[in-house]
Amino acid sequence: MTATTPRPASAEALPAKPAIRLGDLLFSRAALWSGGLILVILAAVAIFLVAQSIPALTADPADFVGQPASFLDYVWPLVFGTLWSAALALVMALPLAIGIALFISHYAPRKLAQALGYLVDLLAAVPSVVYGLWGIGVLAPAIQPVYSWLVDNAGWFPLFAGPVSGTGRTILTAGIVLGVMILPVMTAICREVFLQTPVLHEEAALALGATRWEMIRMAVLPFGRPGIISGAMLGLGRALGETMAVAMVLSPQAIVSFALLQSANPSTIAANIALSFPEAYGVNVNLLIATGLVLFLITLAVNSIARYVVNRRKDFSGAN
Amino acid sequence: MTATLPPRAAADPQGAGPARVNSYTSGKLPRWAAPALTVACLMGAIAVVALLAAAGAIGEFSLVLAVILGTVSAIALITTISLIAEGRRAATNRFMIALVITAFVVALLPLVSVLSTVLVNGAPRFDLQFFTWSMRSVIGEGGGALHAIVGTLQITAWATLISVPIGLFAAIYLVEYGRGPLARAITFFVDVMTGIPSIVAGLFAYALFALIFGEGVRLGFAGSVALSVLMIPVVVRSSEEMLKLVPNELREAAYALGVPKWLTVVKVVLPTAAAGIITGITLAIARVIGETAPLLIVAGFTSSMNYNAFSERMQSLPVFVYTQYANPGTDVDVYLERAWAGALTLIIIVMALNLIARLITRLFQPKAGR
Repeated sequence: MTATTPRPASAEALPAKPAIRLGDLLFSRAALWSGGLILVILAAVAIFLVAQSIPALTADPADFVGQPASFLDYVWPLVFGTLWSAALALVMALPLAIGIALFISHYAPRKLAQALGYLVDLLAAVPSVVYGLWGIGVLAPAIQPVYSWLVDNAGWFPLFAGPVSGTGRTILTAGIVLGVMILPVMTAICREVFLQTPVLHEEAALALGATRWEMIRMAVLPFGRPGIISGAMLGLGRALGETMAVAMVLSPQAIVSFALLQSANPSTIAANIALSFPEAYGVNVNLLIATGLVLFLITLAVNSIARYVVNRRKDFSGAN
Repeated sequence: MTATLPPRAAADPQGAGPARVNSYTSGKLPRWAAPALTVACLMGAIAVVALLAAAGAIGEFSLVLAVILGTVSAIALITTISLIAEGRRAATNRFMIALVITAFVVALLPLVSVLSTVLVNGAPRFDLQFFTWSMRSVIGEGGGALHAIVGTLQITAWATLISVPIGLFAAIYLVEYGRGPLARAITFFVDVMTGIPSIVAGLFAYALFALIFGEGVRLGFAGSVALSVLMIPVVVRSSEEMLKLVPNELREAAYALGVPKWLTVVKVVLPTAAAGIITGITLAIARVIGETAPLLIVAGFTSSMNYNAFSERMQSLPVFVYTQYANPGTDVDVYLERAWAGALTLIIIVMALNLIARLITRLFQPKAGR
């Protein structure tokens, strides 16, 4: 310290402003630049994607693989598949996530609760490529009989229209795998918010004679609604961008179809990039990057809305 | 509250509804009733399914079908009995408890299934050769993932080297220096950055390196850059949380002794938060080490050893798993076995990192101030 601090010889020689130490200057600048660098990186991601997309947007669509009529024609089935599979995952995972979060925060014995929370977090630790292997090796064959049964008995319902896929590798299977993958993140956020319910509200409800479920419905769920919404949005963001599980489970086609159980399924943007990029050449590389830009914009919008909802309620500082 | 609560039977005039049960005064089911009923229903369902299978009504005995039947019947039975004995409110309560517990068990099913499948299918090739061989000139049996393990370690190490300084300093800026719109913008965009799809990070790294090295570039280091984009926000968020936990009294005490601000941060704040920060970094590594998509795009795949992250393609463990599955040779089973063994290795690495992170938190947590 003595080396960096110039000592005034006497009291009257004190400078009007304290001398800025070199160490302080370097350190604060390093911190500032690192913070700024994050903004630069994010901007660079956007700029590079846009720059590399432009050739695809201006090129003749006849040069693209599969000869779509236009860029929009190429990207629309992929956008549809992305949104559809993510929506399926969300519909299946959200009620489960709320249930698990309630179980850990309000039903499980206190001593067990944390360990059970870790157990759910372990789901997040499994790499996506392993989920892909599992989806195709275990889940698809196991669930195929259910699909057959559904098509035979509920085929009149448009979503379950036949003919059934013989392998079980359908968009519903991909949706289930995605749902499992986004479960931990949604559970974690719901759990945090439920745990922050004011204890006085809960005790007041119980003191008035409410059963535990009535207490949850009156005190916990209304308080946690913003947390549930933002958790769902973050899970949706994950599901939109998830690549390998979908790429491995689906054998994709460029179609727009809501049918859940047929062997012809729309692909997703991310899966299409992963499958096509290694063999892509020329303007097709730009084409794939342009679809990546579309994905980037979609997830950016979803995540921004989610963060906006979370940040509006500052009480949820612990909620990721 | 009057709107959400149904009108009480107790509020009724006497004798108005003889069929309704007053949930305040009616009897309660004993504590063992619900667990006992659940066990009984599961047993019964297994017996019924076994009988049906024996009679040939369904193909073969299916435990899954039995468990589903048992669960559904248990929920229905408990709710009905409670409705009769305890009244509607208590029945709703019991129904929701059953649903919540079922949700938790359902969530554990994929976890158990994934782990057991990986363990069973990965074990046959989880041998010495798997860790000492690359895939060079291997067609069919044999071969290993040494090149992929080396690649994963190198790519992740470079990604950590890039991310940790940037992330840590950004966190220090946010906690110690940051005021005003810039800090708020960084906080917001770090949150947004956590949501960048991994494949987009890969495309970014490709676009960046294609600018320098030309089209079709594949580099291990480009993979590290892609992973850094995913890793930096995680490091920032976890470090920020930990730095915020450091009590302000410690900083003030240091200032009172005349310690410069930067030395306060280096000697007082960082050591206090060190355990939490290291935990966060370990978890961040665990998150990116399993990433497949960006590496598939920018690091490429190869069957040969490559110790240099700055030239040529570099195999990594997740991509190894994917390529073994996606491009099998004539003997598919051999390739699939290698893929499962790779998956097992990957899961062991990730679980070990998670375990280490928890141990660090537990062992090195500072004792004061919490």
